[in-house]
Amino acid sequence: MARTPATRHRSRSWGLAFDDLARGWRQQELWGHLGWQDIKQRYRRSVLGPLWITISMAVTAIALGVLYAGLFGNRLEEQLPYILIGFIVWAFIGSSITEGAMVFIANERLIKHLPAPISVHVFRLIWRQTLFFGHNLLVYAVMLVVFPQPLSLASLAAVPAFALLMVNGFWAALLVGIVSTRFRDLPPVTVSVVQLMFFMTPIVWIYEDLLNSTNETIATRARLAELNPFLHYLEIIRRPMLGESFELRHWVVVLVITVLGWALTLVVLRNYRARVSYWV
Amino acid sequence: MASIEVRDASVDFPIFDAKTRSLKKAVLGVVGGRIAPNASKVVVVEALRGITLDLQHGARVGLIGHNGAGKSTLLRLLSGIYEPTGGTASVQGRVAPVFDLGVGMDPEISGYENIIIRGLFLGMTRKQMDERVGDIATFTELGDYLRLPLRTYSTGMRVRLALGVVTSIDPEILLLDEGIGAVDADFLRKARGRLTDLVDRAGLLVFASHSDDLLRDLCDTGIWLEHGQIRMQGPLDEVLVAYNNRGPGPKRRPPAGGGRR
Repeated sequence: MARTPATRHRSRSWGLAFDDLARGWRQQELWGHLGWQDIKQRYRRSVLGPLWITISMAVTAIALGVLYAGLFGNRLEEQLPYILIGFIVWAFIGSSITEGAMVFIANERLIKHLPAPISVHVFRLIWRQTLFFGHNLLVYAVMLVVFPQPLSLASLAAVPAFALLMVNGFWAALLVGIVSTRFRDLPPVTVSVVQLMFFMTPIVWIYEDLLNSTNETIATRARLAELNPFLHYLEIIRRPMLGESFELRHWVVVLVITVLGWALTLVVLRNYRARVSYWV
Repeated sequence: MASIEVRDASVDFPIFDAKTRSLKKAVLGVVGGRIAPNASKVVVVEALRGITLDLQHGARVGLIGHNGAGKSTLLRLLSGIYEPTGGTASVQGRVAPVFDLGVGMDPEISGYENIIIRGLFLGMTRKQMDERVGDIATFTELGDYLRLPLRTYSTGMRVRLALGVVTSIDPEILLLDEGIGAVDADFLRKARGRLTDLVDRAGLLVFASHSDDLLRDLCDTGIWLEHGQIRMQGPLDEVLVAYNNRGPGPKRRPPAGGGRR
């Protein structure tokens, strides 16, 4: 029962594209509720409930932290926080993209039965991932007690950094979602690509260690990681969370991609928004 | 004031089979387009053609037509789910579509929670739903069952719940699709009263049904759809008579007035 202000169904218009986003945003009660519901649903009837998100993240990070500290010969108090934050942030990035590919396909019945801006489903997705992120931050808090990091006021940069992750997660999910609805090969392709990027991005391996490697070949290879956009997304938030210094170039790259990504997504939204209900 | 204005609208569905709904084919299609010029052609189903409608506040319209005539598609066009592929459709007012009572229901959560969610889906706010929850509980006669997960409900109980929510809202434009069955006769009488109340509250009603009785109860004008086109439009009784006397066997296609084929 969305309030439609005399909608002329001239489907391909900028006005309608922005209108979709604005009306989707205003239905906070709906997607806010559904996002929570998704999480509660997953852990319904379990004693610990959503706390399992936190626990499984802690177990993964500790196990891999110990493993890779041994493999790379790094100190645990350096390797573990690095891996932990990498995992928490990657969980948000990776899921936003892979679940984004299914965001309209999975909601086919809702889309065909209830008129709602298509962005509602994307808001629900990003909100759900944000809640996951929040649960995982508990592990980070515990980690800070065990392995204190040199946090300072500058660490607050993590807040706008996460806001940027949300803004980017939104366009990525919307874009991949629309294209996937038309081309059903894209969801599996997306899963594979995200999986691959997980290994290409310094999450379990420490970027700076390899850059400063005495082995020239390794150092050269490591430099290629700069071409990986996910590196920059990770670094804008991981560096402040580890109390490391501010690196302008990561922010510049992220901001440029944010603008380009949104521009592309808006064009796709304008042209294919109205087709989604036909395609699902 | 609620109003609906549709001008020469058409709804065409592309039917992607496994071949065309694939990125690989689209890419290869561009590269090797000459080899198989028809390979990239997508089959299109014209679900609606040349629909022109003008409905004002107070209209009570019944949609009549056999299965596949385009009734549900027209309702979705009017609700804004489908934007027309040709022509225009302008809808003013809050739309409440009631097409499938099961959509948006979650079997794992309690009846109470489902009432709230269903209401949010229909565009109500949480506060409005909190106010109505008691009333809905009384109507459904489900009592303490409302505290149990929906999956423990029988089909009839689910329909009661869904009907209870749907009939408690205040829409400006109400779009009803039939399929409100599976309830015992007693309850249906009660629901019909509530349905009539709801229709009275709504500014504009479009109702698709195969039941002449229900149509006569709720509507005063009728639209007869055939093959995605409006075959006849007028007072409900006249349209119903014409429809019921349409003769047996496969009907002839109406002259394609402006419609392409």
